Amino acid sequence: MGTMTKPQFKGKRYRLDKPELLAPAGNLEKLKFAVHYGADAVYIGGQKYGLRSGADNFSFEEMREGVEFAKKYGAKVFVATNIYAHNEDIAGIEEYLRNLYEAGIAAIIVADPAIVDTARRLVPGLEVHLSTQQSTLNWQAVSFWKEEGLPRVVLGRETSLEEIAEIKQHVDIEIESFIHGAMCSSYSGRCVLSNHFTDRDSNRGGCCQSCRWKYDLFQDDRPEGAWVSEEEQAEATAPQRLQPGITQLPLHQPQDNPFSMGSKDLCMLESIPDLIEAGIDSFKIEGRMKSIHYVATVVNAYRKAIDAYMADPEHYELKPEWLEELQKAANRPLNTGFFYDTPDHEDHIYEPEEKAAPYDFAGLVLEYDAESGMALIQQRNNFKPGQEVEFFGPDNTFFKQIVGELWDEAGNQLDVARHPLQRVRMKVDHPVAYFDMMRKRK
Amino acid sequence: MMNKPELLATAASLEEARALLNAGADALLIGDDRFGMRLAGHFSLEETAAVIELAHGMGRKVYAGLGGLMSNRLLDELPAYVKAIGELGIDGIEFGDPAVLAAVKSEAPGMRLHWNAEMTSTNYFTANYWGRKGASRVVLARELNMDEITEMVPLLEVEAQVQVHGMTNIYHSKRGLVASYMAHQGRPVEDGNLGKERGLFLIEAERRDEKFPIYEDINGTHIMSSDDICILEDLHILLAAGVHSLKIEGLLKPIAYNVAVVKAYRHAVDLYAADPQGYAFDEAWMDGIRALQDPERDLSFGFFYKEQVY
Repeated sequence: MGTMTKPQFKGKRYRLDKPELLAPAGNLEKLKFAVHYGADAVYIGGQKYGLRSGADNFSFEEMREGVEFAKKYGAKVFVATNIYAHNEDIAGIEEYLRNLYEAGIAAIIVADPAIVDTARRLVPGLEVHLSTQQSTLNWQAVSFWKEEGLPRVVLGRETSLEEIAEIKQHVDIEIESFIHGAMCSSYSGRCVLSNHFTDRDSNRGGCCQSCRWKYDLFQDDRPEGAWVSEEEQAEATAPQRLQPGITQLPLHQPQDNPFSMGSKDLCMLESIPDLIEAGIDSFKIEGRMKSIHYVATVVNAYRKAIDAYMADPEHYELKPEWLEELQKAANRPLNTGFFYDTPDHEDHIYEPEEKAAPYDFAGLVLEYDAESGMALIQQRNNFKPGQEVEFFGPDNTFFKQIVGELWDEAGNQLDVARHPLQRVRMKVDHPVAYFDMMRKRK
Repeated sequence: MMNKPELLATAASLEEARALLNAGADALLIGDDRFGMRLAGHFSLEETAAVIELAHGMGRKVYAGLGGLMSNRLLDELPAYVKAIGELGIDGIEFGDPAVLAAVKSEAPGMRLHWNAEMTSTNYFTANYWGRKGASRVVLARELNMDEITEMVPLLEVEAQVQVHGMTNIYHSKRGLVASYMAHQGRPVEDGNLGKERGLFLIEAERRDEKFPIYEDINGTHIMSSDDICILEDLHILLAAGVHSLKIEGLLKPIAYNVAVVKAYRHAVDLYAADPQGYAFDEAWMDGIRALQDPERDLSFGFFYKEQVY
């Protein structure tokens, strides 16, 4: 893939309703950043029934606080209740769903019909959104779920823009699509590599990402070696690693990268007009395990693009700095998934990965005094005078500067802001606002 | 006497269908690659008719696998196929995608439906949910353990089918992963054939003695388990639990092997049905299977005795 296709769905009539920007929130603090940076809704995990058993996950008390915070911005909170339940999980579902509803949760994201059915019966006020784990790919299946009382379906990541537009034409229902972040290369839910390799149940949150491990590809030599050239056979020098006497043909050479199922990450920022015109109602960002810096940066970029397009579709242009922003948070190379065509070799990662994003969250702006130009900053990663930092925020704060002198709150000068959450005063070159972030290159 | 469970086997061809029926299969699962998922083989309508005629002549059943994940485009072809196999007298349809329910309702009303979502058919509540939508059987996930299965059966309002033998799918992608890898290597495959017959497999870096078969077809890339489930030794537990259908998965196996497997299970099921109290597993029943078992693939209890965490 690589090159972007020209917008295909731009007709004469532009869509009038703004799509929802839906962001992940791994904990209460991330929720606040996601909402403040422009998410219309966030999705979180509770203590049970979610697919990220390794994430912080919210208590009901934290959910209530998150809902209250979001409400001030007019944003909603959804809870991922997206496991495939086993018998032992059934008993607690009713109580859990009641608690979610009482905590003010707007919707749950559900894969298993056991939870769909229970929620519809028990708490009709709680919206049920069908999870991508159901791998819903066609309009008839979408129609089935609409008749079951679901106002929204999160489609399988395998649907193309064209197919999404067809589904919207056939069924009057909200469609949510992942537009950014890491992807299962399998049909979501259709992978039990973790179960087989590590006895961890991937469909109950135990995924150990075996798709990103390294494999060697062989061919059983018993049906004759007719499938590869003699030259290749001669070059195939990998040692026999199984028991002696077994015949197999390596389909990899010493200089090759190993086989992997690992996918590049999804990024649809360059295709916002296509997504909107296809009729997608909710743009979903992946990443409940990702950092605050990641969530704020990604939400910020998409917020700006969506708002710019909706304000003036005819003259909309992608700003290069939005893409540059995303790169600052990117963990992996990016691609456009299945939206335009089926991913091929350029959409997979065979090379060794450098997983770390290039920037760190260095500090959070707590206060700004316009008269003195001084900001009070909460340390999130150490920084010191002479370093280049970058301020950004949801209300157009965006500039680089060199860190000057630093003081603690008692007025002592600091050679470095080294303590986590330490409150530090410094002069900033331009106005900043509460909740703006300061990042630095790693 | 107890209700004798059905012994169901997959067939890859008319020839295999005949052999498995002769070996004692009560029912066969066949299908069309467009709609089925990881079928042992593809059957045209003519071949489907021939299998049905053969099986019905022997008092046996034939089910069609329509367990695929359907695209919009496939919806155009689905009703005609459902109608055609309904008219041919197919005894039931396996489905995962709700789109199949709509097609059956309009084209073959009254058709038996078996819900098979593979690794996601994991609890009785959801099985009963699909029962209320018209399914009369659930095909249980292979990742369930024996306790989960036996405690589940009495709670089911539908029949339970359990795979007792053969390999299982452990990963399914719409992507062409082998073709992509070969393109990445700069050695794309010339004839494009990366299918079942090619004998491809993966070895994970830290599990050098396990071979995971991998193949591509029109549904994408499939990675299969490195061992074969074989529950014969403990079959009495499933029989006592009242499982209605025992499935022998014959995918990627030679006919002779599948015949040996069907014969062994046939023998065990018949003995148990005749005298559950006096029934005892005999190691010798395994001989026919072991003689033809791929030496590079272990026979295992799958997930029957595993505890999984998450």
